[in-house]
Amino acid sequence: MRWELTRFSPGGLNAPRRARILAFGLALAGALLEIAAAAVGVLAPAGAVFSLPFGVELFSWTVRLNPLSCYFNLALGILAAAVSIYSFGYLRDMEGRRNLGVLGFFYNVLLLSLTLVFTAANVFFFLVAWEVMALSAYFLVSFEHEKEATRRAGTVFLIMSHAGTGLLLVGFLILAQAAGTLDFAAFHHLASKLPPSQQGLVFILFFLGFGVKAGVIPLHVWLPAAHPVAPSNISSLMSGIVIKTGIYGMALVFFDFFDAPPVWAGMVVLCAGVVSALLGVLYALMEHDLKRLLAYHSIENIGIILIGFGAALVFRGMGHPELAALALIAALYHTLNHAIFKGLLFLGAGSVLHSTRTRNMEEMGGLIRRMPVTALCFLVGAVAISGLPPLNGFVSEWLTYQALLAGFGSTAELTRVAFPIAGALLALTAALAAACFVKAFGISFLALPRSEHAAQAQEAPVSMRIGMGILAAGCLALGLGATWFLPVFDTITAQTIGVKMGASLTAANGLVLTSGTFRGGAVSTVGMAAMLVLLSAIPGMFWLAWGRRSRRASGPTWDCGLPGLTADNEYTATGFSKPIRMIFSALYRPRREIQADYEVSLYYPTAIRFESEIEPAFEKHFYDPLQAWLFRFAGRMRSVQAGSIHAYLAYIFVALIALLLFGVRG
Amino acid sequence: MTGAILKTLAQLVLLLMLAPLVSGFIKMLKARLQMRRGPGILQPYRDIHKLLRKGMVVPDSASWLFSATPYVVFLATLLAGLMVPMAAADTPVGLFGGVLAVVYLLGLSRFFLALGGLDTGSSFGGLGSSREMTVSALAAPTLMLAVFTVAIGAGSTTLAQIAKVAINQQWRFLEPSQILAFAALFLVLIAETGRIPVDNPATHLELTMIHEAMILEYSGPYLALIEWGASVKQLLLMTLLINVFWPFGLAAGWSLAGLAAGLAWLLVKLAVVSCGVVLVETANAKMRLFRVPELMAVAFVLGALALVSTFLF
Repeated sequence: MRWELTRFSPGGLNAPRRARILAFGLALAGALLEIAAAAVGVLAPAGAVFSLPFGVELFSWTVRLNPLSCYFNLALGILAAAVSIYSFGYLRDMEGRRNLGVLGFFYNVLLLSLTLVFTAANVFFFLVAWEVMALSAYFLVSFEHEKEATRRAGTVFLIMSHAGTGLLLVGFLILAQAAGTLDFAAFHHLASKLPPSQQGLVFILFFLGFGVKAGVIPLHVWLPAAHPVAPSNISSLMSGIVIKTGIYGMALVFFDFFDAPPVWAGMVVLCAGVVSALLGVLYALMEHDLKRLLAYHSIENIGIILIGFGAALVFRGMGHPELAALALIAALYHTLNHAIFKGLLFLGAGSVLHSTRTRNMEEMGGLIRRMPVTALCFLVGAVAISGLPPLNGFVSEWLTYQALLAGFGSTAELTRVAFPIAGALLALTAALAAACFVKAFGISFLALPRSEHAAQAQEAPVSMRIGMGILAAGCLALGLGATWFLPVFDTITAQTIGVKMGASLTAANGLVLTSGTFRGGAVSTVGMAAMLVLLSAIPGMFWLAWGRRSRRASGPTWDCGLPGLTADNEYTATGFSKPIRMIFSALYRPRREIQADYEVSLYYPTAIRFESEIEPAFEKHFYDPLQAWLFRFAGRMRSVQAGSIHAYLAYIFVALIALLLFGVRG
Repeated sequence: MTGAILKTLAQLVLLLMLAPLVSGFIKMLKARLQMRRGPGILQPYRDIHKLLRKGMVVPDSASWLFSATPYVVFLATLLAGLMVPMAAADTPVGLFGGVLAVVYLLGLSRFFLALGGLDTGSSFGGLGSSREMTVSALAAPTLMLAVFTVAIGAGSTTLAQIAKVAINQQWRFLEPSQILAFAALFLVLIAETGRIPVDNPATHLELTMIHEAMILEYSGPYLALIEWGASVKQLLLMTLLINVFWPFGLAAGWSLAGLAAGLAWLLVKLAVVSCGVVLVETANAKMRLFRVPELMAVAFVLGALALVSTFLF
C-alpha cells in the first residue's frame, strides 16, 4: 500500500516538509474551529440540522448538532488541536524516510470522519462515516507496515471492526423497519416501544457492536495490539477519541433510541464495566511495553465509563431520572477526562519513543533529567489517570462513587448490593491503576538510565512540548475548574434524560461540587489545592526555623557495600509487578523459564537467561478456537464455491425463487 | 471566616501534636508488654525535633521528585487530617471533601512516596514501593466497602454528617453488622499503617520491610516530614475508625466545654485502639508477603458481610 506524492517544490519547500506543515496546519485550524463550534453547540439546547444538497431519498447527507454530539466534538477538537501541534515536531524525523503526505491525508480523513460520526443524523450517513473512520484508522495503524506485528495488528483491527459494524447494521435495520425511515430523529425513544424480546435483541446488538469499538472485554483483543504499533500521535488519537465513538454510539442508543431500557440491560453494562475496568488494569500491570500498558489502561477507563452508563441505565429503568443524570454526567465527564489524560500519556510515550527509540520500559530510566518537560507532563497525566486529587480523573471517579452510593437507596431489591460491590471493585481498580503508574513513571523516568539510548536521550522539540503542555493544562483545568465546567451537562441531560442537574451539583458560589439533589457528599478540588498551598506554610516555618542552617549534601545511594551502584541494581518493571503477578496467578497463569550456565558450581553462574510470560486467556480460550472453527467452516464452504459459472447461475436462480416465495407469503 | 480559620488552626495543632504522642504511646506500651524498658513516650517528638535540625544527604541519582515527595506526603496527609472529625463532629474543611477525599488524598501521598522510593535507584526503594502499592491495592476494596457501609447508613460521604448520624445512635456499635465493619476497618488500619503482621515498623534493613525500604534514603528534615506525615496518617485513620463507630463524647457544636469533653474522650478512645494495635503486634509474627492477600481477603469478606447484614436484615 503506497502512494507517492509528486515531488515538485515551488517556493523552496520540499514536498515532505510541505506535506507535513500543510496537513497538520490545516488539521490544527480545523480542530480550533471545531472547538469553537462545539462550545457554542453544547450550550444551545435546540440543536441544528444541516443537509448537504446532493442527497437522495433515504440516503441524505444530513448532520445534526445537538448537545451530546457537540460534547464529543469538543473532546475531539481539544485533543486534535494538541495532537496536530505535537505532530509537527514528532514527524520531522520521518521526512524523507516515510511518506508523510499519506499520513497527513489519512489523519485528516480520520478527523473528518470522527466529526461526522458524532454528528450524522441518519443510519446511512452514520454507517458511511463509521466505515471511513475504521478504514482511515486502519491505514494509520498500519503506517509502519514493514513490521510483521503492525500488519497483523491492522488486520485484526479491521476484521473485528467490521464484525462490529455488521452487528450495528442489523440493529439499525430492526429500528429502521419499525420507524419506516433511516432518520435518527424518528428513532427517538422508539426502541422502548418494540416488543420486549426485540428490545433485548436490539440492546445486545448495539452493545456488542459499539463494544468492539470501545474495547470492552472480551471484545478488546484488537486494542492492545493496534494502538501501540501506530505512530504515537495516532495512538493518542485512537485511545483518546476513536474508541469513544463506541461510547458515543452507546449514549445515542441507550439514552436517545431507548426511553428506559430494561433494568437487566443496565446491570449487564454495569457488570461489563466492572470486568473491563478490573481486567484492563490487571493486564496493564503486566506490560513493560509503555504503549501497550497505556492501551490496556484505555480498556480500564472504558470500563469506568461503562460503570457510570450502567448505573444510569438501571436508575432510568427504575424511574429515578435525577440519579440517572448524575451517573450519566459521571460517565461523560470521565469520557472527556480520559480523552485528555490518555492523549497526554500517549504523547508523552511518543516523546520517549522519539528520543530513545524504544517502547520497552526496561531500557529507559533517568529520563526526568534529560527530558524534564516530557517527564512533568507525563507525571501530570499519571496522577490524573490514577484518579488522584486535585486533577480531573479524581472528579469523575468521585462522581461515579456518588452515583453508586446514591444507587443503593434507589431500590429495595437484592440487586442494590451490586452498587457497593461495584464501588469496592472500582476502588481496587483505581488503586491498581495507581500502582501501575508508579511503575510506568518510576521505571521509565526516574533513577539511572538502563540503556545507552536512555542515557543519550534528548528533550522533545518545542512543538511536541506545546502539544503535551496543552493537554497537561487541560487535566489541571478540568480538575480545578470542574464546578464551572459541569453546568455544561445541563443541556445534555436535558436532551437525553429530561432533567437538569447543573445548579444542584454545585454549592458555595460554585466552589464546591456536590452529588446533586441528594446532598450525599461534597468535594472541592479548588479548595483542596488552595489548602495545600496554605498548608505549605508549615514546612516553610520549619525551614525558616531550622532548615536554613542545615547542610544538604549529595552522596551516592547506599549500595550494600557493593562497588558502585549501577542500573543493574535498580528494580525492573517486571520485578515491580511481581507481587501482583503472584497474587493474581490464577488469572495470569504465568510461565517462567530460568536457564543458568555455570562452570564450577550452581551458585556461581556465568550467565542467566530469564523468561517470563503470562497466558493471554481470551486469545487462547476464545479467539483461537473461534478462528480454528471459522477456518474449518470456510474449508467446508469451499465445495459450494467451485468456480463454475453454471453453479453460480443456479444459486442466483434458487435465491430469486426463494425470495419471491418469501415476498408472496409476506 | 475567623471562626473557620481558628477551627482549622486548632485542628492542625491537634493533629501535629497528638500524632507523635500516639506513636510514642504505642511504642512504649509495646515495649512494656514485651518486658522491655523501651523509649519514653515523648521519644517521637525528640526524633522529629532532632531530624528537623540535622543536615541531610540526597542520593546522586535522585531528581527533583525525591525532594518534592516529603512535602507532598506531609501536606496531603495533613489536609486529609483536617477533613476528619476529631473532638467535634464538625470538621473545619468538611466542605472541601469527605471520606472519599480522605482516602484519595492518602492515595496521593502514597503515590509520591512510592515514586520517591524508586527515584533513588537502589533495589530497596523499588522493593518497598512495589510492596506498598500492592498491599494498599489489596486493602482498597475493603476500605471502600466499609466507607460505603457507613456512608449509606448516614446517607452521606461527608464525615461531619456521618459522625452526627452516629451520635444519634450511640449504642449501634453493638450490632453485629457494626462489629463486622469495625473488624474489617481495623484490619485495613493495620495494613495501611504498616503494622505487624503486614509490615514491621521496627525493622531497618531487613528484606521483609515495606515502608522503611521506601524511605531508606531519606534523612534530616525530609525524613522528619515523612515520619511526621506517617504518624498523622496513623492518627487520622484511628480517629476515623473510632469516631465513626464509637461516637461517644463527640461535641455536636463548638462550645468550649463540649470540645474539652470531646478531646478527653478522643484521648481515651485512641488509647483503647492503640492497646488493640499493640496486642495484635505483640501476639502475632510478621506474615510472609504472600500471606497478606489472605488477610486482606478475610477483611473483604468481613466488610461484605457487614454490608449485607446491615441492609438485608
